[in-house]
Amino acid sequence: MKLTDEQVRYVADLANLRLTEDETRRMSHDLGEILTYVEELDELDTTSVDPMAQVLFDADEVATLREDRPRDTLSNAEALANASLSSAGYYKVPKVIER
Amino acid sequence: MSWNMEIPKLSVRSVRDGLASKAFSASELTHAALDFVQAENAKTNAYLTLAEDRALAAAAHVDSMVARGEPLGDLAGVPLGVKDVIVTRGVRTTCGSRILEHYVPPYDATAVTRLEDAGAILLGKLNCDEFAMGSSTENSAFGPVRNPLAPDRVPGGSSGGSAAAVAQGTAVVSLGSDTGGSIRQPASFCGVVGVCPTYGRVSRYGLVAFASSLDHIGPFGRNVEDAATVLKVMAGNDEMDSTSAFAPVDDYQALMKHSVRGLKLGLPKEYFEGLGAETADVIRTAARRLEELGCHIEEVSLPHTKYALSCYYIIATAEASANLARYDGVRYTTREPAETLSDMYRETRGAGFGAEVKRRIMLGTYVLSAGYYDAYYLKAQRVRSLVAQDFTRAFARVDALLAPVSPFPAFKLGEKIDDPLTMYLSDIYTLTGSLAGVPCMSVPCGLSPEGLPVGLQILARHFDEATMFRVAWNYEQAR
Repeated sequence: MKLTDEQVRYVADLANLRLTEDETRRMSHDLGEILTYVEELDELDTTSVDPMAQVLFDADEVATLREDRPRDTLSNAEALANASLSSAGYYKVPKVIER
Repeated sequence: MSWNMEIPKLSVRSVRDGLASKAFSASELTHAALDFVQAENAKTNAYLTLAEDRALAAAAHVDSMVARGEPLGDLAGVPLGVKDVIVTRGVRTTCGSRILEHYVPPYDATAVTRLEDAGAILLGKLNCDEFAMGSSTENSAFGPVRNPLAPDRVPGGSSGGSAAAVAQGTAVVSLGSDTGGSIRQPASFCGVVGVCPTYGRVSRYGLVAFASSLDHIGPFGRNVEDAATVLKVMAGNDEMDSTSAFAPVDDYQALMKHSVRGLKLGLPKEYFEGLGAETADVIRTAARRLEELGCHIEEVSLPHTKYALSCYYIIATAEASANLARYDGVRYTTREPAETLSDMYRETRGAGFGAEVKRRIMLGTYVLSAGYYDAYYLKAQRVRSLVAQDFTRAFARVDALLAPVSPFPAFKLGEKIDDPLTMYLSDIYTLTGSLAGVPCMSVPCGLSPEGLPVGLQILARHFDEATMFRVAWNYEQAR
């Protein structure tokens, strides 16, 4: 399994990750090596095996529904305290929609 | 009393006895413990942030309870360190990452709340691999942790700071997180007890998510009883985490002292294929000791063990790629300037994440991407079923499994950091239990020929931590 730099750039784009040229080359090598290793899973016939998405235990269907009652939440100031940039009670981001 | 001599030897029990007999106050102990951290931390780099004010306020509260003669919690006055992937209100929580260098959470994790409600004293936050991704703590953006027993070696990872602090004595107990071995492997490398409980046993509310179907919070201690006490205090359903289990929490401290006579213990043969003689000998000696205590030892087979590594790295990275999408330069303090929103995301994440985190986000994004989902992610989920079924079959025959934690003891700093696949291979014996969601732990069981600690891994049935602790405690007493 070999990943081209072009494929790496495509995946980095999906992941919203800027990679330098050096990182891109390194990533092609590392991902290629790991993907080659995991090809061993093809040795197993899993056609009749159900996928396991979660470790599940017996529980009442509504067991995780909690009582519907009001309680304190974070204040606007607390919620925004870690914002990179905020004003007037909102997060601020670069302009998304062009006029 | 000379605190610096005494602090590294304290246990949950000796702190309780000391407070009860008024040999010391919680405030005296906390001052001494904070001083000890200040003096000793540079040797390991285990602590990233100290929480002096919070610790001293909590200690004063314990002292006021002592003064009023009120009953004390199970962890009253006990110095506690918490891995920096578990959020603490008002105390910086970095996840070992530049991208969260200045993040100060507005709430506490449920596990931390429960330990503090039982009287534990949070001293500070402990170093780890960035977002818990790594096996050596060399992936921290704030410098590696050194193994207190061998400063040129790693403490293991990703909860390396949590293991090192307990081994060094800068905490009596600590919290770590385990996704594929991140508690058991550092416990083994540092010669302390580390527990990864059943999936869902401890609330993850406030645990920064890495791989949600695999993440656990668990304790470290210098003995089995301390770790069991911490788990008992924080275990149990939490309405803030819908994946936390409803199963009742057993009285571990009482049940673990029952005899192990008649218990059936399995040695999974696949774990000894290719294992170096040094480690295999130490594990087999431990099994013989348990046989002398009246356990029946038999060989069992977990035939899909060799596939666990591939299975794990597909599932864990896929989940991580989704979980880490939230670090977008908007909500979590750090932002790189850019003209457009999408460039801002890319620049912030490119500058804020380290090499291993980027590698895993990339791998996870790739295996989930169009055309590859079935071949990688769905395939890995099917193999995960097979790995879990291996355990179901084994636990139909035996009450617990005995296994190595790691193929080798603590390695040297820098030895494996440049080769991701070799680093991943250090987790081969811990990944299976993580995938199956069974409780598992590492208990010290001897030394390698170079004099480095080796851990014995004990795995038990879902929610049967009591049997796991029973094997561990009886072994610890008899060693």
